[in-house]
Amino acid sequence: MLHYPDIRLKQVSVPVSSFDQALREFLCDLEDTMRASPGCVGLAAPQVNYFQRIVIVDVSGKPGIAHNGRMLLVNPEMVSREGEAVGREGCLSVPDYTGNVARAERICVRAQDGNGEWREYRCEGYEARAVLHEIDHLDGLLFLDRLVSKRELFRRKAYRT
Amino acid sequence: MKRWYMLTVVGRDQPGIVAALTDALFRAGANLGEASMVRLGGSFTIMMMVETEQDESGIRALLGPAGLSLGLKLHVDTIEAHLHSHVEPNVRVTVYGADRPGIVAQVTAALASRGFNILDLESDVAGTPEQPIYVMTIDGHSAESATAIEKLLLPLREKGVEVGAEPLETLVG
Repeated sequence: MLHYPDIRLKQVSVPVSSFDQALREFLCDLEDTMRASPGCVGLAAPQVNYFQRIVIVDVSGKPGIAHNGRMLLVNPEMVSREGEAVGREGCLSVPDYTGNVARAERICVRAQDGNGEWREYRCEGYEARAVLHEIDHLDGLLFLDRLVSKRELFRRKAYRT
Repeated sequence: MKRWYMLTVVGRDQPGIVAALTDALFRAGANLGEASMVRLGGSFTIMMMVETEQDESGIRALLGPAGLSLGLKLHVDTIEAHLHSHVEPNVRVTVYGADRPGIVAQVTAALASRGFNILDLESDVAGTPEQPIYVMTIDGHSAESATAIEKLLLPLREKGVEVGAEPLETLVG
């Protein structure tokens, strides 16, 4: 696991081009690493020092929220995003820090699976936040790049309701 | 031997306070830790962790010139740093209403009665001098749910104060 300030976390990952056995083994390893970290709902390949465009998200352990189950996203692309919500985020690559981040409330993302088949996913709320957090890693972005202050949070909220 | 101190600073707000103090600390070889610096009313306030080989009076002496020229009151306490052990808040309490004495006391008494640990409290007096409003957000750690905390605070609504509690969930990815 890479930890900031390791500058490798700031690099842009390259698309996956071969959907072979090595990729499928990596996907299994990535999932094992995510599941071994208590409370972790997503992981991106660059966090484990592998700079290809691969993320995994699984928020199904959180009660009472909409989700797509386990999502293995290879070469993910944003199709659409709407709304905005501020929520608290932390990251296995940034120990002992959490902060408020504004993310889209609803997204549509398309990605390939381990066999290279394209699929579209619609995500909202917590799951959308997790997908956006992980895809950011592929572009060398951490939640530290998107922090908003708590005062900002209250104002945004006060305006909306 | 290096030790950690909590430096407290209060003075009339003006540009250059942080720069002057942190420059003096940096030149003296001090290291800074976590800090909260904010303008409250017309005052600028600083609570800042400082690590240095100086003792308390040494810190006061090295900040003396900057403090004097900017009209700042300085206070230094020796502390244990306990860095890298953030406690994650799990409930946010928001409070607002017409400003009147007792809001903070009543809200926090209720929270304390349930062992709610306040980690971060921000409050502002807004509105106009004739009709001030009070706005407060509290992030804390609670063994009880946000729903239970909100229920606990509901009687305050009858006194004209808007109160709410919501769960803070931290996504870890």
